[in-house]
Amino acid sequence: MNLNDALFKYSIRLGDTSLILAQRLSEWTGHGPFLEEDLALTNITLDIFGRAKSLLEYAAKIEDKGRTEDDLAFLRTDREYFNALITEQPNGDYAKTIMRQAFIDCFDLLFYTALAKSKDETLAGIATKSIKEITYHKRHSFSWVMRFGNGTEESHTRLQQGFDEVWAFTEELFEMNEVDEVLLKEGIAVDLSALKPLWLKEITELLDKANVQIPEGVYMQKGSRKGIHSEHLGYILAEMQSLPRMHPNAKW
Amino acid sequence: MDSARILNLLSEIPDPEIPVISIVELGVSRKVESEGKTVSVIITPTYSGCPAMKQMEDDVRKKLLENGFDTVNISMNYSPAWTTDWLSEDAKLKLQKYGIAPPEEKTSDKSFLTGKIKSVTCPRCKSKNTLMVSQFGSTACKAFYQCKDCLEPFDYFKCI
Repeated sequence: MNLNDALFKYSIRLGDTSLILAQRLSEWTGHGPFLEEDLALTNITLDIFGRAKSLLEYAAKIEDKGRTEDDLAFLRTDREYFNALITEQPNGDYAKTIMRQAFIDCFDLLFYTALAKSKDETLAGIATKSIKEITYHKRHSFSWVMRFGNGTEESHTRLQQGFDEVWAFTEELFEMNEVDEVLLKEGIAVDLSALKPLWLKEITELLDKANVQIPEGVYMQKGSRKGIHSEHLGYILAEMQSLPRMHPNAKW
Repeated sequence: MDSARILNLLSEIPDPEIPVISIVELGVSRKVESEGKTVSVIITPTYSGCPAMKQMEDDVRKKLLENGFDTVNISMNYSPAWTTDWLSEDAKLKLQKYGIAPPEEKTSDKSFLTGKIKSVTCPRCKSKNTLMVSQFGSTACKAFYQCKDCLEPFDYFKCI
Protein backbone atom coordinates (compact mmCIF):
# COMPACT_ATOMS: atom_id res chain seq x y z
CA MET A 1 0.00 0.00 0.00
CA ASN A 2 1.50 3.33 -0.98
CA LEU A 3 1.40 6.44 1.17
CA ASN A 4 -1.35 8.15 -0.80
CA ASP A 5 -3.66 5.12 -0.57
CA ALA A 6 -3.04 4.85 3.15
CA LEU A 7 -3.70 8.54 3.73
CA PHE A 8 -6.94 8.35 1.74
CA LYS A 9 -8.13 5.32 3.71
CA TYR A 10 -7.14 6.89 7.02
CA SER A 11 -9.03 10.11 6.27
CA ILE A 12 -12.04 8.11 5.09
CA ARG A 13 -12.02 6.06 8.30
CA LEU A 14 -11.92 9.17 10.49
CA GLY A 15 -14.42 11.04 8.30
CA ASP A 16 -16.89 8.12 8.21
CA THR A 17 -16.68 7.62 11.96
CA SER A 18 -17.56 11.28 12.52
CA LEU A 19 -20.26 11.30 9.84
CA ILE A 20 -22.14 8.21 11.02
CA LEU A 21 -21.93 9.26 14.66
CA ALA A 22 -23.31 12.70 13.78
CA GLN A 23 -26.07 11.17 11.66
CA ARG A 24 -27.06 8.90 14.57
CA LEU A 25 -26.95 11.72 17.11
CA SER A 26 -29.01 13.97 14.84
CA GLU A 27 -31.93 11.55 15.34
CA TRP A 28 -32.29 13.13 18.79
CA THR A 29 -32.89 16.61 17.35
CA GLY A 30 -36.31 17.71 18.56
CA HIS A 31 -36.63 14.57 20.71
CA GLY A 32 -34.21 15.38 23.56
CA PRO A 33 -35.38 14.77 27.14
CA PHE A 34 -35.72 18.53 27.72
CA LEU A 35 -34.96 21.69 25.78
CA GLU A 36 -31.43 22.42 27.09
CA GLU A 37 -30.33 18.84 26.47
CA ASP A 38 -31.86 18.87 23.02
CA LEU A 39 -29.81 21.99 22.22
CA ALA A 40 -26.68 20.55 23.80
CA LEU A 41 -26.74 17.35 21.80
CA THR A 42 -27.66 19.20 18.60
CA ASN A 43 -24.67 21.52 19.10
CA ILE A 44 -22.38 18.55 19.69
CA THR A 45 -23.77 16.87 16.57
CA LEU A 46 -23.06 19.96 14.51
CA ASP A 47 -19.40 20.01 15.63
CA ILE A 48 -19.05 16.35 14.63
CA PHE A 49 -20.71 16.92 11.24
CA GLY A 50 -18.27 19.78 10.68
CA ARG A 51 -15.33 17.53 11.47
CA ALA A 52 -16.71 14.87 9.09
CA LYS A 53 -16.95 17.44 6.30
CA SER A 54 -13.34 18.60 6.79
CA LEU A 55 -12.03 15.02 6.84
CA LEU A 56 -14.00 13.80 3.83
CA GLU A 57 -13.09 16.96 1.91
CA TYR A 58 -9.45 16.10 2.57
CA ALA A 59 -9.99 12.46 1.57
CA ALA A 60 -11.53 13.59 -1.72
CA LYS A 61 -8.59 15.90 -2.35
CA ILE A 62 -6.05 13.12 -1.72
CA GLU A 63 -7.96 10.69 -3.94
CA ASP A 64 -7.95 13.31 -6.71
CA LYS A 65 -10.56 11.61 -8.91
CA GLY A 66 -12.97 14.51 -9.05
CA ARG A 67 -15.17 13.24 -6.23
CA THR A 68 -16.33 15.76 -3.60
CA GLU A 69 -17.03 15.21 0.10
CA ASP A 70 -20.73 14.98 -0.79
CA ASP A 71 -20.05 12.22 -3.34
CA LEU A 72 -18.15 10.30 -0.69
CA ALA A 73 -20.92 10.75 1.87
CA PHE A 74 -23.93 10.13 -0.33
CA LEU A 75 -22.82 7.77 -3.07
CA ARG A 76 -20.91 5.00 -1.31
CA THR A 77 -22.50 1.75 -0.14
CA ASP A 78 -22.15 0.16 3.30
CA ARG A 79 -19.17 -2.04 2.36
CA GLU A 80 -17.30 1.09 1.27
CA TYR A 81 -17.86 2.73 4.67
CA PHE A 82 -15.18 2.43 7.36
CA ASN A 83 -16.84 4.06 10.39
CA ALA A 84 -16.29 2.35 13.75
CA LEU A 85 -19.14 -0.06 14.59
CA ILE A 86 -19.89 1.77 17.84
CA THR A 87 -21.08 4.85 15.92
CA GLU A 88 -23.80 3.01 13.99
CA GLN A 89 -25.39 1.32 17.01
CA PRO A 90 -28.98 2.47 17.68
CA ASN A 91 -29.38 5.35 20.13
CA GLY A 92 -31.61 3.43 22.55
CA ASP A 93 -32.66 5.62 25.48
CA TYR A 94 -30.78 8.73 26.57
CA ALA A 95 -28.60 6.79 29.03
CA LYS A 96 -27.35 4.50 26.25
CA THR A 97 -26.68 7.43 23.92
CA ILE A 98 -24.75 9.21 26.68
CA MET A 99 -22.78 6.07 27.58
CA ARG A 100 -21.75 5.59 23.94
CA GLN A 101 -20.87 9.27 23.69
CA ALA A 102 -18.69 9.14 26.84
CA PHE A 103 -16.72 6.20 25.39
CA ILE A 104 -16.23 8.07 22.11
CA ASP A 105 -15.51 11.51 23.65
CA CYS A 106 -12.85 9.97 25.88
CA PHE A 107 -11.29 8.19 22.90
CA ASP A 108 -11.57 11.24 20.62
CA LEU A 109 -9.89 13.61 23.06
CA LEU A 110 -6.91 11.26 23.42
CA PHE A 111 -6.87 10.51 19.69
CA TYR A 112 -7.13 14.06 18.33
CA THR A 113 -4.67 15.37 20.94
CA ALA A 114 -2.16 12.87 19.51
CA LEU A 115 -3.18 13.58 15.90
CA ALA A 116 -2.52 17.29 16.46
CA LYS A 117 1.18 16.34 16.45
CA SER A 118 0.86 14.51 13.11
CA LYS A 119 3.33 15.37 10.37
CA ASP A 120 0.37 15.76 8.01
CA GLU A 121 -0.48 19.44 8.32
CA THR A 122 -4.14 19.17 7.32
CA LEU A 123 -4.90 16.33 9.74
CA ALA A 124 -2.99 18.15 12.49
CA GLY A 125 -4.97 21.33 11.77
CA ILE A 126 -8.35 19.57 11.86
CA ALA A 127 -7.27 17.82 15.08
CA THR A 128 -6.22 21.06 16.79
CA LYS A 129 -9.60 22.53 15.96
CA SER A 130 -11.43 19.43 17.22
CA ILE A 131 -9.65 19.24 20.59
CA LYS A 132 -11.32 22.44 21.76
CA GLU A 133 -14.76 21.13 20.85
CA ILE A 134 -14.30 17.59 22.17
CA THR A 135 -13.22 19.04 25.54
CA TYR A 136 -16.74 20.47 25.87
CA HIS A 137 -18.39 17.31 24.56
CA LYS A 138 -16.56 15.14 27.07
CA ARG A 139 -17.41 17.42 29.98
CA HIS A 140 -21.05 17.07 28.95
CA SER A 141 -21.18 13.26 28.50
CA PHE A 142 -19.05 12.49 31.57
CA SER A 143 -21.22 14.69 33.80
CA TRP A 144 -24.36 12.90 32.60
CA VAL A 145 -22.83 9.46 33.21
CA MET A 146 -22.25 10.58 36.81
CA ARG A 147 -25.78 11.91 37.16
CA PHE A 148 -27.39 8.78 35.74
CA GLY A 149 -25.13 6.46 37.70
CA ASN A 150 -25.77 8.19 41.02
CA GLY A 151 -29.34 9.29 40.36
CA THR A 152 -32.36 7.07 40.91
CA GLU A 153 -32.48 3.30 40.76
CA GLU A 154 -34.09 3.56 37.35
CA SER A 155 -31.46 5.95 35.91
CA HIS A 156 -28.73 3.68 37.23
CA THR A 157 -30.34 0.55 35.75
CA ARG A 158 -30.72 2.23 32.39
CA LEU A 159 -27.10 3.40 32.38
CA GLN A 160 -25.91 -0.11 33.19
CA GLN A 161 -28.11 -1.52 30.40
CA GLY A 162 -26.76 1.07 27.98
CA PHE A 163 -23.25 0.14 29.00
CA ASP A 164 -23.93 -3.59 28.46
CA GLU A 165 -25.20 -2.90 24.93
CA VAL A 166 -22.26 -0.72 23.84
CA TRP A 167 -19.23 -2.12 25.65
CA ALA A 168 -18.57 -4.88 23.10
CA PHE A 169 -17.91 -2.25 20.41
CA THR A 170 -15.20 -0.31 22.25
CA GLU A 171 -12.16 -2.48 21.59
CA GLU A 172 -12.45 -2.02 17.84
CA LEU A 173 -11.60 1.67 18.26
CA PHE A 174 -7.99 0.62 18.95
CA GLU A 175 -7.62 -1.87 16.10
CA MET A 176 -4.77 -1.12 13.69
CA ASN A 177 -4.11 -2.48 10.21
CA GLU A 178 -1.81 -1.88 7.24
CA VAL A 179 -3.09 1.69 6.85
CA ASP A 180 -1.87 2.54 10.36
CA GLU A 181 1.44 0.76 9.82
CA VAL A 182 2.27 2.70 6.66
CA LEU A 183 1.32 6.05 8.23
CA LEU A 184 2.94 5.39 11.61
CA LYS A 185 6.30 5.06 9.89
CA GLU A 186 5.81 8.52 8.40
CA GLY A 187 4.76 10.10 11.70
CA ILE A 188 1.26 10.75 10.34
CA ALA A 189 -1.00 8.26 12.13
CA VAL A 190 -1.65 7.87 15.86
CA ASP A 191 -0.37 4.78 17.68
CA LEU A 192 -3.71 3.44 18.93
CA SER A 193 -2.12 0.77 21.12
CA ALA A 194 -0.54 3.55 23.21
CA LEU A 195 -3.95 5.19 23.75
CA LYS A 196 -5.72 2.09 25.02
CA PRO A 197 -4.34 1.98 28.60
CA LEU A 198 -5.00 5.72 28.97
CA TRP A 199 -8.56 5.31 27.76
CA LEU A 200 -9.21 2.29 29.94
CA LYS A 201 -7.91 4.10 33.02
CA GLU A 202 -10.16 7.12 32.51
CA ILE A 203 -13.22 5.03 31.68
CA THR A 204 -12.68 2.68 34.62
CA GLU A 205 -12.46 5.67 36.99
CA LEU A 206 -15.62 7.17 35.53
CA LEU A 207 -17.55 3.90 35.75
CA ASP A 208 -16.38 3.37 39.32
CA LYS A 209 -17.77 6.73 40.31
CA ALA A 210 -21.00 5.96 38.47
CA ASN A 211 -21.28 2.47 40.06
CA VAL A 212 -21.33 0.71 36.70
CA GLN A 213 -19.94 -2.82 36.60
CA ILE A 214 -17.59 -3.89 33.81
CA PRO A 215 -18.31 -7.55 33.07
CA GLU A 216 -15.48 -9.90 32.19
CA GLY A 217 -15.18 -12.13 29.17
CA VAL A 218 -17.31 -10.03 26.82
CA TYR A 219 -16.85 -10.98 23.15
CA MET A 220 -15.54 -7.87 21.41
CA GLN A 221 -17.07 -7.06 18.01
CA LYS A 222 -14.89 -6.09 15.07
CA GLY A 223 -15.21 -5.63 11.34
CA SER A 224 -15.40 -1.98 10.29
CA ARG A 225 -11.71 -1.75 9.35
CA LYS A 226 -12.60 -4.19 6.55
CA GLY A 227 -15.91 -2.50 5.75
CA ILE A 228 -17.94 -5.19 7.52
CA HIS A 229 -20.77 -3.66 9.52
CA SER A 230 -23.68 -4.48 11.78
CA GLU A 231 -27.15 -4.59 10.20
CA HIS A 232 -27.82 -1.01 11.32
CA LEU A 233 -25.56 0.84 8.89
CA GLY A 234 -27.65 -0.03 5.81
CA TYR A 235 -30.71 1.65 7.33
CA ILE A 236 -28.74 4.76 8.28
CA LEU A 237 -27.36 5.10 4.74
CA ALA A 238 -30.76 4.43 3.17
CA GLU A 239 -32.20 7.39 5.06
CA MET A 240 -29.17 9.65 4.77
CA GLN A 241 -28.62 9.05 1.06
CA SER A 242 -32.21 8.85 -0.17
CA LEU A 243 -32.48 12.45 -1.36
CA PRO A 244 -29.19 12.72 -3.32
CA ARG A 245 -29.83 9.29 -4.86
CA MET A 246 -33.38 10.17 -5.85
CA HIS A 247 -32.33 13.52 -7.28
CA PRO A 248 -28.75 13.18 -8.54
CA ASN A 249 -26.81 16.45 -8.77
CA ALA A 250 -29.65 18.37 -7.16
CA LYS A 251 -28.61 21.79 -5.88
CA TRP A 252 -30.12 23.92 -3.12
CA MET B 1 -5.38 47.26 -3.82
CA ASP B 2 -3.31 46.84 -0.66
CA SER B 3 -4.19 44.41 2.13
CA ALA B 4 -5.25 47.14 4.56
CA ARG B 5 -7.87 48.42 2.12
CA ILE B 6 -9.17 44.91 1.47
CA LEU B 7 -9.44 44.33 5.20
CA ASN B 8 -11.36 47.60 5.47
CA LEU B 9 -13.83 46.25 2.93
CA LEU B 10 -14.15 42.98 4.84
CA SER B 11 -14.73 44.99 8.05
CA GLU B 12 -18.03 46.08 6.52
CA ILE B 13 -19.28 42.48 6.55
CA PRO B 14 -21.24 41.68 9.71
CA ASP B 15 -21.17 38.26 11.35
CA PRO B 16 -24.39 36.60 10.07
CA GLU B 17 -25.45 35.49 13.56
CA ILE B 18 -24.09 38.38 15.66
CA PRO B 19 -24.48 41.38 13.34
CA VAL B 20 -22.93 43.89 15.78
CA ILE B 21 -19.40 42.64 15.10
CA SER B 22 -17.66 42.23 11.75
CA ILE B 23 -15.99 39.08 10.48
CA VAL B 24 -12.63 40.87 10.85
CA GLU B 25 -13.29 41.66 14.52
CA LEU B 26 -14.40 38.06 14.99
CA GLY B 27 -11.04 36.90 13.65
CA VAL B 28 -12.43 34.71 10.88
CA SER B 29 -10.52 36.40 8.03
CA ARG B 30 -6.87 35.46 8.49
CA LYS B 31 -5.00 36.68 5.44
CA VAL B 32 -5.66 38.64 2.28
CA GLU B 33 -3.51 39.00 -0.81
CA SER B 34 -4.23 40.55 -4.18
CA GLU B 35 -2.66 40.84 -7.55
CA GLY B 36 -4.38 42.94 -10.17
CA LYS B 37 -8.02 41.95 -10.19
CA THR B 38 -7.47 38.66 -8.37
CA VAL B 39 -7.80 38.43 -4.63
CA SER B 40 -7.15 35.52 -2.24
CA VAL B 41 -8.67 35.35 1.21
CA ILE B 42 -7.89 32.76 3.88
CA ILE B 43 -10.62 32.22 6.42
CA THR B 44 -10.79 29.94 9.45
CA PRO B 45 -13.96 28.48 11.00
CA THR B 46 -14.96 29.47 14.53
CA TYR B 47 -16.41 25.98 15.13
CA SER B 48 -15.99 22.98 12.80
CA GLY B 49 -19.69 22.80 12.10
CA CYS B 50 -20.53 26.50 12.25
CA PRO B 51 -23.40 26.88 9.76
CA ALA B 52 -22.56 30.57 9.27
CA MET B 53 -19.25 29.79 7.50
CA LYS B 54 -20.89 29.33 4.10
CA GLN B 55 -22.76 32.60 4.54
CA MET B 56 -19.51 34.39 5.47
CA GLU B 57 -17.80 32.94 2.41
CA ASP B 58 -20.63 34.14 0.15
CA ASP B 59 -20.59 37.59 1.78
CA VAL B 60 -16.82 37.95 1.31
CA ARG B 61 -17.09 36.93 -2.34
CA LYS B 62 -19.97 39.33 -3.01
CA LYS B 63 -18.24 42.25 -1.28
CA LEU B 64 -14.99 41.82 -3.20
CA LEU B 65 -16.69 41.29 -6.57
CA GLU B 66 -18.65 44.50 -6.00
CA ASN B 67 -15.44 46.38 -5.31
CA GLY B 68 -13.41 45.91 -8.43
CA PHE B 69 -12.14 42.33 -8.26
CA ASP B 70 -13.13 39.78 -10.87
CA THR B 71 -11.60 36.64 -9.33
CA VAL B 72 -12.05 35.81 -5.66
CA ASN B 73 -10.31 32.74 -4.22
CA ILE B 74 -11.41 31.79 -0.74
CA SER B 75 -9.65 29.01 1.08
CA MET B 76 -10.26 27.49 4.50
CA ASN B 77 -7.38 27.07 6.90
CA TYR B 78 -7.67 25.15 10.20
CA SER B 79 -4.35 26.06 11.73
CA PRO B 80 -3.84 28.03 13.91
CA ALA B 81 -7.26 27.14 15.26
CA TRP B 82 -9.63 30.01 15.90
CA THR B 83 -9.74 31.23 19.48
CA THR B 84 -11.86 33.73 21.40
CA ASP B 85 -8.53 35.33 22.43
CA TRP B 86 -8.59 37.03 19.00
CA LEU B 87 -11.69 39.08 19.90
CA SER B 88 -10.65 42.68 20.51
CA GLU B 89 -11.69 44.54 23.69
CA ASP B 90 -13.81 46.72 21.45
CA ALA B 91 -15.58 43.68 19.99
CA LYS B 92 -16.20 42.31 23.49
CA LEU B 93 -17.82 45.59 24.51
CA LYS B 94 -20.07 45.45 21.46
CA LEU B 95 -21.12 41.90 22.36
CA GLN B 96 -21.99 43.00 25.89
CA LYS B 97 -24.08 45.92 24.66
CA TYR B 98 -25.88 43.51 22.33
CA GLY B 99 -26.83 41.32 25.32
CA ILE B 100 -24.23 38.57 24.92
CA ALA B 101 -21.75 38.14 27.77
CA PRO B 102 -18.25 38.20 26.20
CA PRO B 103 -15.60 35.58 27.05
CA GLU B 104 -14.32 36.30 30.57
CA GLU B 105 -10.83 34.90 30.24
CA LYS B 106 -7.97 33.90 27.98
CA THR B 107 -7.70 30.27 26.92
CA SER B 108 -4.27 30.20 28.59
CA ASP B 109 -5.85 30.91 31.99
CA LYS B 110 -5.59 28.17 34.58
CA SER B 111 -9.31 28.17 35.26
CA PHE B 112 -9.96 27.46 31.59
CA LEU B 113 -7.61 24.50 31.53
CA THR B 114 -9.10 22.91 34.63
CA GLY B 115 -12.67 23.43 33.44
CA LYS B 116 -13.59 25.67 36.36
CA ILE B 117 -15.36 28.51 34.63
CA LYS B 118 -15.05 31.93 36.25
CA SER B 119 -18.16 33.79 37.26
CA VAL B 120 -19.82 35.32 34.24
CA THR B 121 -21.09 38.90 34.38
CA CYS B 122 -24.71 39.53 33.40
CA PRO B 123 -24.62 41.75 30.28
CA ARG B 124 -27.72 43.65 31.45
CA CYS B 125 -27.35 44.41 35.17
CA LYS B 126 -23.59 43.56 35.49
CA SER B 127 -24.22 41.26 38.45
CA LYS B 128 -21.78 38.41 38.92
CA ASN B 129 -24.46 36.35 40.65
CA THR B 130 -25.21 34.21 37.59
CA LEU B 131 -25.92 30.55 36.93
CA MET B 132 -24.96 28.34 34.00
CA VAL B 133 -28.11 26.64 32.73
CA SER B 134 -26.34 24.70 29.96
CA GLN B 135 -22.86 24.58 28.43
CA PHE B 136 -24.61 24.74 25.06
CA GLY B 137 -26.70 27.70 23.93
CA SER B 138 -28.48 29.05 20.86
CA THR B 139 -25.38 28.58 18.67
CA ALA B 140 -22.25 26.42 18.95
CA CYS B 141 -20.16 29.32 20.23
CA LYS B 142 -22.40 30.18 23.18
CA ALA B 143 -23.41 28.77 26.55
CA PHE B 144 -26.74 29.49 28.21
CA TYR B 145 -26.82 31.46 31.49
CA GLN B 146 -29.30 33.13 33.76
CA CYS B 147 -28.80 36.11 36.07
CA LYS B 148 -29.94 35.38 39.62
CA ASP B 149 -30.38 39.08 40.42
CA CYS B 150 -32.28 40.51 37.45
CA LEU B 151 -33.49 37.01 36.41
CA GLU B 152 -32.72 37.62 32.72
CA PRO B 153 -31.58 34.61 30.74
CA PHE B 154 -28.63 35.42 28.47
CA ASP B 155 -26.03 33.89 26.15
CA TYR B 156 -22.36 33.66 27.11
CA PHE B 157 -19.69 33.56 24.39
CA LYS B 158 -17.64 30.49 25.40
CA CYS B 159 -13.86 30.65 25.64
CA ILE B 160 -12.26 28.28 23.18
